[in-house]
Amino acid sequence: MPSDLIHKFMRIDHLPHIWCAGCGNGIIMRDVAVALQELIDDPDCRVSREKTVIVSGIGCSSRAAGYMDFNSIHTTHGRAIAFATGIKFARPDLEVIVLTGDGDCSAIGGNHLIHAARRNIGLTVIAFNNDIYGMTGGQYSPTTPTGDVATTAPYGNIDRPFDIAQLAAGAGASFTARGSAYHARETIELIKQGILHRGFSLVDVYSACPTYYGRKNHKGGAVEMLTWQRDNMVPASRYYAMSEEKRRDKILVGILTHNDFPEYTQQYAQLLERAREGK
Amino acid sequence: MAGKKKLVLDPSWCKGCGICVAFCPKQALELAEEKVRLKPDGQCVLCGQCELRCPDYAIWLEDLEE
Repeated sequence: MPSDLIHKFMRIDHLPHIWCAGCGNGIIMRDVAVALQELIDDPDCRVSREKTVIVSGIGCSSRAAGYMDFNSIHTTHGRAIAFATGIKFARPDLEVIVLTGDGDCSAIGGNHLIHAARRNIGLTVIAFNNDIYGMTGGQYSPTTPTGDVATTAPYGNIDRPFDIAQLAAGAGASFTARGSAYHARETIELIKQGILHRGFSLVDVYSACPTYYGRKNHKGGAVEMLTWQRDNMVPASRYYAMSEEKRRDKILVGILTHNDFPEYTQQYAQLLERAREGK
Repeated sequence: MAGKKKLVLDPSWCKGCGICVAFCPKQALELAEEKVRLKPDGQCVLCGQCELRCPDYAIWLEDLEE
């Protein structure tokens, strides 16, 4: 019998999960469960289990929708945000949470990501960002750093990587943040804020793929990859206390953008109202 | 009421990644045959760092029954 949290919020007959030893995805999926538990248990919070929907696409990350014991839908590659848009549009009262990966949301589903961000539709997208296509054998993804090797880039990747949080922010997302597998406590808080935010929110969480990315790039196994996150990613409270020079080589763990733009389904409801009144 | 807690391990769910061992602030954990266990002299302070980062939900804190 696992912990109360796992027993309550996961389909334990599907566990242990299929992710490799040391995969960061298991940590991030737990972060999502803790964030939801804390919101659901708060009597002053609108979030309820019955009105939460978890949507995923395809890839290692997207297995999470099958493991989490909520209303859930496991969709096609890259289309998680498209399905989620439809669900939110039909039922704006639902909390629609998308669990996706770097390839799923920024390559195959890249257009859905930027247009959902542009519209500011009230979804919460959690990107399990492991810099690689793990499930299919380690092909480079849009977030694989330049120079790193992958099975499809044996001499090194010449592409420049996307910063998913910056991409979403540039496309107009009203809430963007970055977390990491190592910074679990901070990431739980960021996921909670993302869910509570009324517009489109994206939390780009650095995962770790020791099997296809870490070991092939001499970045070590799970422990070394999480140690790198600890040493190179800095929570906001400390990040903003650092000098600009010291910040230069560090990655912020925290909120990147937070704006109060009009939410899309609310805009649409107002449009319907105006049309009915013939204005 | 937050009562006393205890450390619980389920080696059958452990994949031996070593994350909990590496980040335990008291170095109280070890791997034996690729499964986590509390060192015989391990001084667990019930901080929960292991539970926070175990990708496989094989180690956690549980309320002690009164």
